[in-house]
Amino acid sequence: MKTWVPLDSAAVALGADEVAAAITAEAARRGVPLELVRNGSRGMVWLEPLVEIEIDGTRHGFGPITLADVPALFDDGLAHSKAIGPVADHPWMAGQTRLTFARVGITDPLSLDDYRAHGGFEGLTRALGMDKAGIVKDVTDSGLRGRGGAGFPTGIKWKTVSDAVADRKYIVCNADEGDSATFADRMLMEGDPFCLIEGMVIAGLATGATKGFVYIRSEYPIAISIMQRAVRIARDHGLLGLSVLGSAHAFEIEIRVGAGAYVCGEETSLLNSLEGKRGIVRAKPPLPALQGFMGKPTVVNNVLSLATVPIIMAKGAGFYRDFGIGRSRGTMPLQVAGNARFGGLYEVAFGLTLGHIVDDIAGGTATGRPVKAVQVGGPLGAWFPRSLFDTPFGYEEFAAKDGLIGHAGLTLVDDRTDMLGMARFAMEFCAVESCGKCTPCRIGAVRGVETIDRIAAGDASALPLLTDLCATMKSGSLCALGGFTPYPVLSALTHFPDDFARAKEAAE
Amino acid sequence: MSATQSLGAAEAETLHAILASHRGVEGALLPILHDVQAAFGHVPPEALPIIAADQVISLAEAHGVMSFYHDFRAEPAGRRVLKLCRAEACQAMGADALADHARARTGLDWHETSADGAITLEPVFCLGLCACGPAAMVDGKLLGRLDAAKLDTILEGRA
Repeated sequence: MKTWVPLDSAAVALGADEVAAAITAEAARRGVPLELVRNGSRGMVWLEPLVEIEIDGTRHGFGPITLADVPALFDDGLAHSKAIGPVADHPWMAGQTRLTFARVGITDPLSLDDYRAHGGFEGLTRALGMDKAGIVKDVTDSGLRGRGGAGFPTGIKWKTVSDAVADRKYIVCNADEGDSATFADRMLMEGDPFCLIEGMVIAGLATGATKGFVYIRSEYPIAISIMQRAVRIARDHGLLGLSVLGSAHAFEIEIRVGAGAYVCGEETSLLNSLEGKRGIVRAKPPLPALQGFMGKPTVVNNVLSLATVPIIMAKGAGFYRDFGIGRSRGTMPLQVAGNARFGGLYEVAFGLTLGHIVDDIAGGTATGRPVKAVQVGGPLGAWFPRSLFDTPFGYEEFAAKDGLIGHAGLTLVDDRTDMLGMARFAMEFCAVESCGKCTPCRIGAVRGVETIDRIAAGDASALPLLTDLCATMKSGSLCALGGFTPYPVLSALTHFPDDFARAKEAAE
Repeated sequence: MSATQSLGAAEAETLHAILASHRGVEGALLPILHDVQAAFGHVPPEALPIIAADQVISLAEAHGVMSFYHDFRAEPAGRRVLKLCRAEACQAMGADALADHARARTGLDWHETSADGAITLEPVFCLGLCACGPAAMVDGKLLGRLDAAKLDTILEGRA
């Protein structure tokens, strides 16, 4: 019997390790020969742990599997009460366009043979036959923009580093995925680590960098472990080292672990942290592309940006660019989170409306109550009410509605949610995580909490003060932490004024 | 050196082995602090001057780095460490009520360790388990779809 049980953090947090052990024990007890693969997650988190069994050459899914469900997996087959049918045909999977996540959930994450058999290294092989400018041109032409949230064109960043003259250059992968509602970086690293490694090697070829770092947050122990093992395997097989795949190019990767500072997801504070310093934001210019790690030209890219490069190089810039809308080209792995009936990862071309994502893909709330709002883009993203659900998913489209898509995490909340409380939390979080370098963020966030508390106590005169404070933070902060915290605060205030007035009535 | 003596010979040897293993590493301070904490359970204050000297930075700089990051502890944690996610996606699934329950049950507020050293309560802002909240990490083990009953089972050591 060939079976798959995910090693993904979400599956493990829901009991996948115990389920895998129970399947192994049950197979031994029955004398059934078992091939058990620990795969990445398919992204259907509401079905985790999702066990797959190969039946007549097709992978059938069963989930969510508890220990009590395990014996019947051996007896009932397709009639099992948790059977969902062929996984690839499930509406959640069939509706997606998986480019970045093409292999995640399908392959054994640490098997190079499996990686190769599913299109791995096609991009790198092609890149090895090209010059630096050719690779940069393909990435630029693909329209790929920074998936970490800022949306800066990846190819232009690479060109700056490629053109810079220096004795050393670096590729830094930002895997400090600290935004609530985002887990795509984690899933990619756990489910297809060689894809990230391949993307980083290509970035090295394109820019002349020979050293890469993956800076992973400490809250991701499984991703750290998988990436460390994948780098060792890649080194042992000549993918990394002095001669990448036998070529004249050298590239080495080191895995670094963060230490619980949210602000280190900001690229300049990440670089300071990598250098062994406090994670304090640097003023720009100089751009990291010219003076980054140790003052050398450095590409800082998000996990998803780098992991998307292999398929662009394999299939061509035009293939990728043909997906999407406007200036948002290609696909985006949506992360449906919070109070969602169907939560998980859904990769699709840009352009779906927010309402389609919330009502049709997420299926509304898990609690069955009306969706009150959706926070798009993590803790620094705006809350969208139903009246804005016609907004198409794209960088400019969301900016036009005073929001952002960020890393494409979506937190659904139901109608019992107090938006004043959420606004207060945004300020509180900013105060806890501020690096302290600039005043609007460091002091503004503390004053923000106090001001919202005044509003909660019925002091309506504090409302204009809050708006004013947000304007100061937005335009006066050095980085997105202080600069974007006003997004959740002001959107809550703008779209849900009743939540800010209700307390006043209570006080009177 | 008195600081080395107060560490104890075995501890000093461990520390120097950690420092030696990071020779030539670019920006080694965070990897060193992680290894020291893994070895000792915290970063002993008496280790910091030795680390600073090794990295050719002042004690103030070393302290500045260590205290900047939430992960590094100057004192040992409890025998069990309960980290509850407080971020938005988990809040949407009732993390606030779960946190209130945990605080009431343990009698601890955030960052506190019980007097008998049994348990430490920490907030965490996102474990990347945002589609299966509320989430937690207990003694390094990830947990999703947590509720008060499951949490009690864990706190009582029954799971």
